[in-house]
Amino acid sequence: MNAKMVDFGGWDMPLHYGSQLDEHHKVRHDSGMFDVSHMLAVDIKGEEARDFLRRLVANNVDKLVQPGKALYTCMLNPHGGVIDDLIIYYLSESHFRMVVNAGTADKDMAWMRARRDELAPQLEIIPRRDLAMIAVQGPNARVRVWEVIPGSQAVTEELKLFQAVFFGQYFIARTGYTGEDGFEIMLPSNEAAEFWNALAAAGVAPAGLGARDTLRLEAGMNLYGQDMDETTSPLESGLGWTVDLKTDREFIGKEALLAAPATQQLIGLVLLDRGVLRSHQKVSTANGASEGEITSGGFSPTLNQSIALARVPLAIAAGDEVQVIVRDKALRAKAVKYPFVRNGKILV
Amino acid sequence: MAKFWFEFSQQKHIIQFWSRHMSIPNNLRYTKSHEWVRLENDGIAIVGITQHAQELLGDMVFVETPTAGRKLKQGEECAVVESVKAAADVYSPIAGEVTAANPDLELAPEKINQDAYAAWLFKLKPVNAADINLLMDADGYQKMLESEEH
Repeated sequence: MNAKMVDFGGWDMPLHYGSQLDEHHKVRHDSGMFDVSHMLAVDIKGEEARDFLRRLVANNVDKLVQPGKALYTCMLNPHGGVIDDLIIYYLSESHFRMVVNAGTADKDMAWMRARRDELAPQLEIIPRRDLAMIAVQGPNARVRVWEVIPGSQAVTEELKLFQAVFFGQYFIARTGYTGEDGFEIMLPSNEAAEFWNALAAAGVAPAGLGARDTLRLEAGMNLYGQDMDETTSPLESGLGWTVDLKTDREFIGKEALLAAPATQQLIGLVLLDRGVLRSHQKVSTANGASEGEITSGGFSPTLNQSIALARVPLAIAAGDEVQVIVRDKALRAKAVKYPFVRNGKILV
Repeated sequence: MAKFWFEFSQQKHIIQFWSRHMSIPNNLRYTKSHEWVRLENDGIAIVGITQHAQELLGDMVFVETPTAGRKLKQGEECAVVESVKAAADVYSPIAGEVTAANPDLELAPEKINQDAYAAWLFKLKPVNAADINLLMDADGYQKMLESEEH
């Protein structure tokens, strides 16, 4: 595939297969695929699975009532910091499956096993390194998958967003990290190369980490380690919507979150001047009163200008003009509500 | 072009790939920091970044060039090229006074990707044109790239 490889959390990953911009546009307008097998699927098995997850994660797994339904959530430490963000699939009362980030997989496993030993010693926590994961994304992604997996259309056509189903050796979820329609598909690792090649033959463009990053940024989706980590609150990372503070359920980190209301927020920025926003650049209001920092920044191929996510004081609101220090210059940017792009359409 | 800032994940990453089938023009001189320079018949030097640098950076999205009249020392930071994934400084290969910046690159930075040895960044009038001959020739640059590979 002539990929440019890069080390990503200990994995040799394709950064791009040619032009990162072409790959980005292919996903927005047609279909592209990402090998995301570096992410770890973890099966949680046992009668206490749901009770355990009620304690373990900040979103409420009681929202999962229909088998196949998925939930996006943070796993917090006792200080309310984010250990990881992950997706939990509800398969049955005794079987949930989560997908965690690659760079955090080892610490996640250690954390979960330690909590398991305290809370539910009978529970099985099984890392599934035997599974590969391929994300097929874009307006034509589902149709291409249906071409490649005969019979899959009938069982996946009615899948709603954030739902998944088993089909033979495939676990097919209507989820993604691009802001486009599509599937994330788990399958046995030894079948992955053949499946990948079949998708390529069906016209799905291989895409690398580079395009994955610009697509998720346009879609306003957080990247662990940049937009949030163990030192940041989900409430100050644009993830308040995933934190269930309404019910009386006790979860790890809840007490800390209640004791420390947010004083900052994640907002979107669109650069008005020429240049490129990058993480760690300083953001301030024109009078310098409020200061913050870009957590993720880059060039948006869809907007053809630079965009960013920034952690700033609550005083800054959408529509405000702010300054970003880029090298030695103060550039003008506009604060916006994100996502920037969804389903191929520019929203800012 | 010594500094690259990569944007992915928790840690800085070192790009570990290499372009194996590039041809390095014989009529240019090269710097360790991956600029090329060529002396024209009118005594003006033209500066750009190499094919290798272009490949490392990927799709270009922004170029900032020095303004005419600016006096540059050898090795002075004088331009910035930014791709989808990284920003890189460009250093002046020789001392001189900037006479022009390439006006095409503001709207079409991808010209660097298309032909790095045609998409010049800026021109300058050398303080001492002979300085150019002290820079690496194509063979020297090729050898440096090969040694960096290992």
